[in-house]
Amino acid sequence: MEAWLALSDGTVYPGRSLGAQGTSVGESVFTTGMTGYQEVLTDPSFAGQLVAFTYPLIGNYGVNDDDFESDRVQPSGIIVKEACDTPSNWRSRRTLAEFLRDRGVVAIQGVDTRALVKRIRSGGVLMGAVSTVGPDQALRASREAARYDDTDFVGQVTTRRPYAWGRQGREEIDAPASPMPVRMAVVDCGLKHNILRRFAALGVRSIVLPSTVTADEVKDWRPDGVLFSPGPGDPARLGGVVATARELLGWRPVFGICLGNQILCQAVGGRTFKLKFGHRGGNHPVKDLLDGSVTITSQNHGYAVDPESLTGKDAEVTQVNVNDGTVEGIRLKGAEAMGVQYHPEAAPGPWDSRKYFAAFVEQMTAAR
Amino acid sequence: MEKILVIGSGPIVIGQAAEFDYAGTQACRSLREEGYSVVLVNSNPATIMTDEETADRIYIEPLTPEFCERVIERERPWGLLATLGGQTGLNLASQLADLGVLERYGVKLLGTPLEAIRKAEDRELFRSLMREIREPVPESWIVESEAELEALLDTAPYPCIIRPAYTLGGTGGGVARDRDELWETGRKGLKLSMRSQLMVERSLLGWKEVEYEVMRDSKGNCITVCNMENLDPMGVHTGDSIVVAPSQTLSDIEYHMLRTASLKIIQSLGIEGGCNVQLAVNPKSFDYYVIEVNPRVSRSSALASKATGYPIARVAAKIAVGKTLDEIENAVTKTTKACFEPALDYVVVKIPRWPFDKFRTGDRRLSTQMKATGEVMAIARSFEEAMMKAVRGLEVASKDLTHPDTSLSDEALEDRLRHPTDERLWHLAEALRRGWTVKRVNEVSRVDPWFIEKLLGLVEVESRLVGLRTEPSAAREVFREALDSGFDLSTVARLSGLAPEEALDSASVRLEPSYKMVDTCAGEFESDTPYYYATREVEDDAAVPQNPISVL
Repeated sequence: MEAWLALSDGTVYPGRSLGAQGTSVGESVFTTGMTGYQEVLTDPSFAGQLVAFTYPLIGNYGVNDDDFESDRVQPSGIIVKEACDTPSNWRSRRTLAEFLRDRGVVAIQGVDTRALVKRIRSGGVLMGAVSTVGPDQALRASREAARYDDTDFVGQVTTRRPYAWGRQGREEIDAPASPMPVRMAVVDCGLKHNILRRFAALGVRSIVLPSTVTADEVKDWRPDGVLFSPGPGDPARLGGVVATARELLGWRPVFGICLGNQILCQAVGGRTFKLKFGHRGGNHPVKDLLDGSVTITSQNHGYAVDPESLTGKDAEVTQVNVNDGTVEGIRLKGAEAMGVQYHPEAAPGPWDSRKYFAAFVEQMTAAR
Repeated sequence: MEKILVIGSGPIVIGQAAEFDYAGTQACRSLREEGYSVVLVNSNPATIMTDEETADRIYIEPLTPEFCERVIERERPWGLLATLGGQTGLNLASQLADLGVLERYGVKLLGTPLEAIRKAEDRELFRSLMREIREPVPESWIVESEAELEALLDTAPYPCIIRPAYTLGGTGGGVARDRDELWETGRKGLKLSMRSQLMVERSLLGWKEVEYEVMRDSKGNCITVCNMENLDPMGVHTGDSIVVAPSQTLSDIEYHMLRTASLKIIQSLGIEGGCNVQLAVNPKSFDYYVIEVNPRVSRSSALASKATGYPIARVAAKIAVGKTLDEIENAVTKTTKACFEPALDYVVVKIPRWPFDKFRTGDRRLSTQMKATGEVMAIARSFEEAMMKAVRGLEVASKDLTHPDTSLSDEALEDRLRHPTDERLWHLAEALRRGWTVKRVNEVSRVDPWFIEKLLGLVEVESRLVGLRTEPSAAREVFREALDSGFDLSTVARLSGLAPEEALDSASVRLEPSYKMVDTCAGEFESDTPYYYATREVEDDAAVPQNPISVL
């Protein structure tokens, strides 16, 4: 069955349908990770986006029952060169196409994804639409779509009610807590489950709270530390969460990941700006300015912190991207707080920066 | 200007693919870029690295400690770089160090310290290091005499693998199915090993074989250049295996579990430069074993360089003189640094080239001793196309997956799949052509079903092409499918008995390939490189010149 990808600049790429039928709109972005499509498909930070995979063969190892980063498919659609109908892996349960159809996700294959990437690279990210209806419908949908930056995606992806995550995984918030030494509050702006899994492996029980939570409500849970999660959309829209963070700084150790890092920066008066086409993939080098080491990181962000905006503020840039010099990590003065713009939890991507989770656990333990 | 002595590759022998010449040449240029004067010693004048413009001074001398000492005495180099000449260079450097030559003339050994190389190459040291850092190694025994070998005959698990230490391309190694074979091959291996040492280990026949090419600088920054998955399972030397980059059947967790292990190993060894880590992966669980580490630029790194565009030898040479990965420019993009991991937006297939057309009486069965003398590599946007391009590149009798000799009985075919020869690819295709199921072919050959499914797809296209001989009306559709699957026009014409150029008007199907760039970054950054591959796609990366250039 035919399908079309249209960009709001008028470009139309013909291809074949890969998932559900219909039309779906989103901001067109690309990710360069060669593995990890299942994690990408369930990462809330991709909400509202049409994700193109630069690696041409997607679906080779199928879709399994374990590697989900949230309970639903998050991108509005995906764009691939070739989807595999005969996956091979011991954990595979279904093909990518079956999974997409089951979940009602519109997707397209047979696209010259490298041509698409070059267009996004030179012109910046733009709205697009994938449609099985027709090229004109796709084009119209891409032009009529609401601007990505104007949409409140955090409100759509955050948890509706609090829950906990312990040694056995997800549990009711008032379940008899498994005996775990540390308790962490997580402000969920679009959390990936692997953050919770990694912390649980380090002996941390997470209390996951909606993004609308107030500082007093967080304090009522008596956590040893607070984590601000990654998430989708323009960080400048998140005045409420920023205010919560501002109140919590200095109360207990605070850690921010990706969007969480941008929330911390705004809490001390910093600003963010939109990158031309973002950083998405698992090969981005980050330099730690404190010890000079370079780590390969997993990244997924379309906005970055403006380092100028932190001048004179209670924040210090501690890590930068080796490729483009953008801010990758900060430390706040006068509060036990740090943030990283990349994803130490990986899933997908390299595991090289897990040490920051261990360091945060140490901070939380010491703060008790 | 400080002088660096580079030890060349020596003779190119069976078990190598001229990779050390390739690496050495890159290294010499890289060192001269850094402002060093390069003195090269090589016994083989028939190499690129001994071309006049590669080094500042070239000695064509035997690669022995005696001759090398005389060169050192005369040239008084500041440093010696030996990690780019393969095993020959490493052995020579370690002899020069043992004899005190390096100390006598105050020559600094550059790159990976000898101690690290010993730890990687001495089976026992390596295994104890792996135990220390909790990386799994297969159960094994070190044998250093015939008496020890004899004592092992009754207790060894059969089949088991014999790996002599300190030999090139696994010379003298093999699989032993019973005590007689262990005795025979083991005695031979003891004789061939430079230190008369060999390892007998539990066989992991049938497990997936995966390799990681990793780099580390003197500050401890580590990266992976790429990973590769062997189509042939464990039991066939990786140099004799059909290899695909990147891995195809590993999920993200598996990919990064093995990547993390590889980086942990290179970190614990203290490698300064490039290194290759080979792993065996259980196709039915998260279990894996570390099989081997090559603490230097190797055949696999030459392949990885060409597969990704990342110049491993060039970067390794700069690391050897103290530069760190984040200080070295990515020579492909020219805007980013060497401290990153290449992202591929294509598939790479390597097929070894064996010399059995020249050595007609040679045993064509593939095992743990490398028999190939060369290899071809093809790049395309699909596995099928890369595979078909590689097959054509081999320049063997068959230009596709059909084999001139289809007279094998089913029993003989099954035996060939179980005990692969250089013609294994054609035997796999033939089995599928005979209607064997993917499951059956997998059970016999242990090749991952993913690859078999892909080959089945190609065999099906082949049969549709042949079908056009009786039913030519579907020609348009089938030709298009065949071209997209990597069949070339002449094969399409031969199989179908039709002329595809006539059936396909150029308005509906593009007959010429597109040209895409190998840019190390999957198009994320604008790059400046003349490295392109031809593939079936829509858009060209290469600007086609308006006035075709004529070659006279």
